[in-house]
Amino acid sequence: MGFLDKFKEKFTSQTEAVTGKFKDGLLKTRQNLTEKVNDLVARYRKVDEEFFEELEEIFIQADIGFDTVIELVDELKMEAKRKKIQQSELLKEMIVEKLVEIYYGEDENISTLNLPDTGLAVILFVGVNGVGKTTTIGKMAYKLKSEGKRVLLAAGDTFRAGAIEQLEVWGDRTGVEVIKHQEGSDPAAVIYDAIQAAKSRKVDVLLCDTAGRLQNKVNLMKELEKVKRVIQREIPEAPHEVLLVLDATTGQNAMVQAKQFKEATGVTGIVLTKLDGTAKGGIVIAIKKELNIPVKFVGLGEKIDDLQPFDAEAYVYGLFAE
Amino acid sequence: MAFEGLADRLQSTMQKIRGKGKVTEADVKAMMREVRLALLYADVNLKVVKDFIKKVSERAVGQEVMRSLTPGQQVIKVVKEELTALMGGEQSKIAVSPKPPTVIMMVGLQGAGKTTTTGKLANHLRKKHNRNPLLVAADIYRPAAIKQLQTLGKQINMPVFTLGDKVNPVDIAKKAVEQARTDHHDYVLIDTAGRLHIDGELMDELKNIKDAVKPDEIFLVVDAMTGQDAVNVAKSFNEQLGITGVILTKLDGDTRGGAALSIRAVTEKPIKFVGLGEKLDQLEPFHPERMASRILGMGDVLTLIEKAQASVDEEKAKELEKKMRTMSFTLDDFLEQLSQVRNMGPLDELLKMLPGAGKMKGLNNIHIDEKQIRHVEAIIQSMTTEEKQKPEIINASRKRRIAKGSGRPIQEVNRLLKQFEEMKKMMKQMTNMQKKGKKRGALKFPFM
Repeated sequence: MGFLDKFKEKFTSQTEAVTGKFKDGLLKTRQNLTEKVNDLVARYRKVDEEFFEELEEIFIQADIGFDTVIELVDELKMEAKRKKIQQSELLKEMIVEKLVEIYYGEDENISTLNLPDTGLAVILFVGVNGVGKTTTIGKMAYKLKSEGKRVLLAAGDTFRAGAIEQLEVWGDRTGVEVIKHQEGSDPAAVIYDAIQAAKSRKVDVLLCDTAGRLQNKVNLMKELEKVKRVIQREIPEAPHEVLLVLDATTGQNAMVQAKQFKEATGVTGIVLTKLDGTAKGGIVIAIKKELNIPVKFVGLGEKIDDLQPFDAEAYVYGLFAE
Repeated sequence: MAFEGLADRLQSTMQKIRGKGKVTEADVKAMMREVRLALLYADVNLKVVKDFIKKVSERAVGQEVMRSLTPGQQVIKVVKEELTALMGGEQSKIAVSPKPPTVIMMVGLQGAGKTTTTGKLANHLRKKHNRNPLLVAADIYRPAAIKQLQTLGKQINMPVFTLGDKVNPVDIAKKAVEQARTDHHDYVLIDTAGRLHIDGELMDELKNIKDAVKPDEIFLVVDAMTGQDAVNVAKSFNEQLGITGVILTKLDGDTRGGAALSIRAVTEKPIKFVGLGEKLDQLEPFHPERMASRILGMGDVLTLIEKAQASVDEEKAKELEKKMRTMSFTLDDFLEQLSQVRNMGPLDELLKMLPGAGKMKGLNNIHIDEKQIRHVEAIIQSMTTEEKQKPEIINASRKRRIAKGSGRPIQEVNRLLKQFEEMKKMMKQMTNMQKKGKKRGALKFPFM
């Protein structure tokens, strides 16, 4: 049994606890993390090629971009050599730290929403088909409302059958009003009306749904640019956040999605959904590294309170779970 | 194109080998490293990649390649063959129950596209097989899922069976099959709720539906963009339910679609259809051999030909050819030709199907503006019959009228007329060349 198997075995039991906490929204401290790593000390053996190969495979299977994996592993190899680290326990610490570092950098608050202190805040949700945009908006509405904010929803997905009704159900559940037009109407017009309504009703946050679209459909991406222009025309500093909703099961294509949606709408953050399955969505590490788009929230289920702020440490531990 | 990236990568790898007189073991190893990388970039599962590389290496290093007169090409052949084999044999058909109705269950993760695919499949069954399916809304969990299926049902004018969202899906399925029997539907398509493969309770629900209605087919609907986790999902659904086939959705995106290989490798169940868009007729049979060609950048010529055959009227084509020869080609004919090309689908998609198109750097990013073609159409449609027959009579005043009528600037009218003139000249040259027995020459369209 390789060292990593043991490592994984050890971590699987721990990760459940970590993820459990994650779900409860408890923030762990760095000390907590170090403690957990310390627990593993006894397990460690020597650092060799085989160790790095296994590490590489774990990362690949978590969908972390291949380039990022190679880079990460190379850096770790170098650092291990430089610091003459032979015991894998010490390296482990480095691995976790390196991954977490990518997220935090200098600013530890990147996962909070950038909303203005006064006046109307507009959040635009974008993404490909079936990632969970509408569901995420429902959960976000609930979250903001329980924080005491006045919220309004805009049914900007006028294309998919049943999309407007789906958002309305979430509106009912959260007690939030939905501004809608008919199916097939111009999404930019819906958003425009919603902004006017939000202004006159003195709403704090307007959440704008859009239809799912594959990033290589030029016309549909142009439509999204138009929606953003309409928002900007009404409120110059809006949208305050453009959140790309990303399905954790997505593989390398997620990088292309992030790139294209960033180009079209200036994405400011990611909501990583369906993280309650076995997929890890590791590509977000590569996306943060290459495009500097942070994950702001994660979706952990279908319940109304299953939207949680992203916790890089808990997430990194999760990568090693089976 | 779905596998663009993989095609490019494999192609550049092969280029290094191609033309070499002799392949050394080191050559094969170097190439296999590239293949491994390409497959991983394409989201093929790591374990599947490993198996694949092992198999190909064995054959490549073996006598088959080493002793061949054209070792480079032999390696390409081996890779392509193994790739095709990995994706399964010939395309499969949908089961027909000896005791109608035939029951099909649609299962999968959330957001894979089950409901849309259910609508597409129903449309396919009626249009291609002349069947009369009943759609069943058994997703009682996701808000408005029933409404979504009902809307789709309305679009294709097909009945949707629902008992609302308060009834157990198992009972819904049972009652639906009874209903189908009374109403003489020969197919029943059950749209189930999306669920995680590790959600024990909901997976049990699917098992219960299966036990209750004994489906003839259970299709796993999978998003083509799925990453490494595709194997876990497919394996789990297959082990718990015994799926009979796979439908791959969203293949009209730019994903490399390695999930197709992974799923096939772990379940050994055929991929039956692929979803290529949001419209209800955008469901096509899966062709492993074509997909393999695409992966290797050999172009999808067969699909292109099929599309051409489906949208070009044979009679009209002959007539057109005659007109070209006799130089009586008019703007009317040109308009006709334009609409036939447009019937084949978006032009940039068509271009990408051409062999080698993936390798031409310029073509990769080209976006042919469909609007421009519509503008050309508008200009021609704003002409009188006489003008269309004899464009030479179009003077300045007529041009102004045409520009106004089509809402395009006068320069565009000028450009079109000039290009049409050139096109006619070129046709003349081509016909002359053909008479002399030469075959070269290219048509230049005003919108290219």
